Amino acid sequence: MWDWEFTISILPLLLEGLKITLIATFLAFGFAVVIGFLLAIARRSSVKILSLPVKAFIEFVRSTPLLAQLFFIFYVFPKFGLVLTPLVAGVLGLGLHYSTYLSEVYRSGIDSIPRGQWEAAKALNFSKARTWISIIIPQAVPPIIPVMGNYLIGMFKDTPVLSAITLVELLQTAKIIGAQSFRYLEPITMVGVIFLILSYVSSLGVQWLELRLNQR
Amino acid sequence: MSEIVTETSNNGIQNSEPIVRYQKVSKSFGDIEVIKELDLDVAPAEKIGIIGPSGSGKTTLIRMLMTLEKPTSGTIEVDGELLWHKRVNGNLVPADEKHLRRVRSKVGMIFQQFNLFPHMTVLRNVTEAPIHVLGLSREEAEERAITMLEKVGLKDKLDHYPRQLSGGQQQRVAIARALVMNPKIMLFDEVTSALDPELVEEVLAVIKEIALEGNMTMLLVTHEMQFAREIADRIVFISDGRIIEQGPPEEIFENPKHERTRNFLRRFNKNN
Repeated sequence: MWDWEFTISILPLLLEGLKITLIATFLAFGFAVVIGFLLAIARRSSVKILSLPVKAFIEFVRSTPLLAQLFFIFYVFPKFGLVLTPLVAGVLGLGLHYSTYLSEVYRSGIDSIPRGQWEAAKALNFSKARTWISIIIPQAVPPIIPVMGNYLIGMFKDTPVLSAITLVELLQTAKIIGAQSFRYLEPITMVGVIFLILSYVSSLGVQWLELRLNQR
Repeated sequence: MSEIVTETSNNGIQNSEPIVRYQKVSKSFGDIEVIKELDLDVAPAEKIGIIGPSGSGKTTLIRMLMTLEKPTSGTIEVDGELLWHKRVNGNLVPADEKHLRRVRSKVGMIFQQFNLFPHMTVLRNVTEAPIHVLGLSREEAEERAITMLEKVGLKDKLDHYPRQLSGGQQQRVAIARALVMNPKIMLFDEVTSALDPELVEEVLAVIKEIALEGNMTMLLVTHEMQFAREIADRIVFISDGRIIEQGPPEEIFENPKHERTRNFLRRFNKNN
């Protein structure tokens, strides 16, 4: 039933798909890391006209399905003159979605910094920006790195959703192969195997990181 | 005035313009008023020991001078300039961040919990602000930092992290870190309260040395009565957000005029 020769023959095509999956994952993650941080800071702001809309935005994004958000970006944005390629729309949607989760992670990291650190920075007359750069970020970020690593893995496993906006990533590649060869067993199974291997190896990496960070 | 405030002479230091002036300063946290229309003038180079029961508002008093708490009403002047306000066309308006930073640069503070930066070595704890706030070069900042760390007896700990030091050593690093910024006014907030008893002395010795150098204005909130007596020019006794009595240490400690001061000192002596 399982055809090894066929499996090997489709492997190069699947790896092409994997490449797109990885590109989408890392671009979206980079986007989420930056935007998530900005959201976290804006939400903490004492300026209510900044913090309240940001809070509402975070709630909105977290309470609506990723797929609906992707459809909106890919199919509705063009109505307003913003036409995006599947990859750009996917990175934007996935990144924005996860940035709201990461903003919460940042927030927990920032809130764990004792008040005395802020006060010492003020007593030494650090500017606001310098306080963040020298005092807060270097202490807030290391403890949340494993959590962020887990979100990276989660995001990686969410990329097949992007096939719905016509991005030819790993799963979509397998589906196309299936449609053309009438054999779905090998391509779809291989997608599972590839996701399993990469996710598992990555989670080991996160565990290792967690151990190392705890030793410090 | 609901309280009788006993004014006493002040060793003749008050001849010059005050370097710190609290005028009708009040501070509330929610419904609780912790400082009540308090007036206090501090002369340049004066050493003031602030004593009083816990919860009396003495820490809040110096925290407002460090801009860590904002007064609910009243004004504070530092070196002839308003701290929390600016004067625009004769009216007082809240100060902006730029103004706050400029005036704040004249004030430094040592905290009860040290508040060292745990992710930085001792040397970097002391050089970070000179480099990024004063704009010194790394070499210059390190030179100054090492001089200060030598002064507090920790020149051999430059590469240590705070967690590798005893509480007394950490507090001495914190003192070096504040000194290196060269403030005119230094605030001490119960700086030995978090220390094991055997480590208190080494920290007090360092503070005494700074006090003896003379030209720094110092406000010390403390429970170390003997120490306050040794180094302070004036003792200010605060209770319930008001200055109840103030004067030279020998007068306050040996001949307190106010009933509440006497009660406080009696209770204090009994407990220690």
